[in-house]
Amino acid sequence: MSSSFRHSFDIIGPIMIGPSSSHTAGAARIGRIARNLFGEEPEIAEILLYGSFAKTYRGHGTDVALVAGLLNFPTHDNRIPKSLQIAKESGIAVTFKPGPPNPDYHPNTVRIKLSKGERKFEMLGVSIGGGAVEILEIDGFKVKMTGQYPTLVIPHADRFGVIAAVTTILSKHQLNISFMEVSRRGRGSEALMLISTDEQPPAEAVAEIQLLEAVKRVSSIEAS
Amino acid sequence: MRFTNLAEMVAICEQEGKPIYELMIEEHVQETGTTREKVIEQMTESFHVMMQSVERGLTEDIRSFSGLTGGDAKRVYEYAQKGKTLLGKQATEAVAMALSTSEVNAAMGLVVATPTAGSCGILPGVLSSLKQSLGATEEQLVLGMFTAAAVGYVVANNASISGAGGGCQAEVGSATAMAAAAAVELAGGSPTQAIQAAGLALKNVLGLVCDPVAGLVEIPCIIRNGFGSVLALAGADMALAGVRSVIPPDEVILAMYNIGKQMPVELRETALGGLADTPTGRRLEKQIYGDDTKEA
Repeated sequence: MSSSFRHSFDIIGPIMIGPSSSHTAGAARIGRIARNLFGEEPEIAEILLYGSFAKTYRGHGTDVALVAGLLNFPTHDNRIPKSLQIAKESGIAVTFKPGPPNPDYHPNTVRIKLSKGERKFEMLGVSIGGGAVEILEIDGFKVKMTGQYPTLVIPHADRFGVIAAVTTILSKHQLNISFMEVSRRGRGSEALMLISTDEQPPAEAVAEIQLLEAVKRVSSIEAS
Repeated sequence: MRFTNLAEMVAICEQEGKPIYELMIEEHVQETGTTREKVIEQMTESFHVMMQSVERGLTEDIRSFSGLTGGDAKRVYEYAQKGKTLLGKQATEAVAMALSTSEVNAAMGLVVATPTAGSCGILPGVLSSLKQSLGATEEQLVLGMFTAAAVGYVVANNASISGAGGGCQAEVGSATAMAAAAAVELAGGSPTQAIQAAGLALKNVLGLVCDPVAGLVEIPCIIRNGFGSVLALAGADMALAGVRSVIPPDEVILAMYNIGKQMPVELRETALGGLADTPTGRRLEKQIYGDDTKEA
């Protein structure tokens, strides 16, 4: 059993603006994770939709939900229906288009490309039903992040001791790691660390990790 | 969680002499490290949102974003008040309340996904009805939501609760099974009877396709929520009377999963087949979007 659904509130919930948990609430969550991983409001958002997302996104409010997420709105925010206009007023250029068909993709899949000046970010997210989501790619790294637990996403340089340094900080703050994943583009090149914890890491822990020399940045994603 | 399917869940309940909701609360506390009070408080908040959406659809003039739907909840509720219904007043009111929540959802209002937004009317419809027929208190109804959550947890992890993944049977079907089990425990039935009710109800929606007109969570979703509430109550009544599903409920869930996988993509929330592909379905789609509907 995959246990993508962990407890009562993965089933009863989310509390959300309608009309679709997978196409609206899940989309809003994916958009918000992208926003938090990017770390700031983007200037350009290019959104590629696949499968059922591509076919029915307007009717389900998938477009307004994804953009609401990029604006950092939660699933129950009553500004969701007006998010396209709010984004426009904040100067975010958003485009939607169908992605090239990919039979390996889940029917509710979206690729989000964000940029601001020179900074670029890309993420692949899937809405698996009932508002639950999975993030399968972050900046080209294959990952599996569910957002069920608080998660630290840490791009860093691939060298010895970085993982130990990060986990030492977590241990000092008495944070129990429930899941961890590390991947790299090649030996000594860029790497990405995902660490899920039982409790939300305090800001001090995040700041300490951020100070490590090999760490590029730290995104702290709250459990959804 | 100490269980991965309904049989294991009931075995633990029987061994420890507790209802499903009690086991689910304990497992939730164990899994998330939170307190029992907090878990119940959070569920109570969801219950309040559910009851607000029921109320909204019965008292306000709801129109969906597309303008295609709204007002049926009120229609059925007023009809039920006249006292001459075929199903009986309480079951007819359950229909009205399920329609109500679903109409609020289609109008981009605030709802609780149970387990999804497309199927968000069934549990509130059934719970509102039990409030009246059993005189159940808010506290009891909130406990019933944990019974529903336990069944939904098993279905979601062993099959699917997504229309795009498994068709409408995965959404309305799951919600119906969840509500049926909750109704049994609220009526004083055993954990075994609760899962039998879930299995019986789910069997009746196997193969139900997801074919929303214009891709909207409106037609036929809203009406199917109305029907789902009655189906859940009927399943609960049958199980309380002692009817058992010959195919064990866990195997019904497995069948639902397999049917979902066998379902063509046209019938899994893509708005390409079924009711969406009828002449009227296509005309409404054009009316809403103009001719610019074929980009994908």
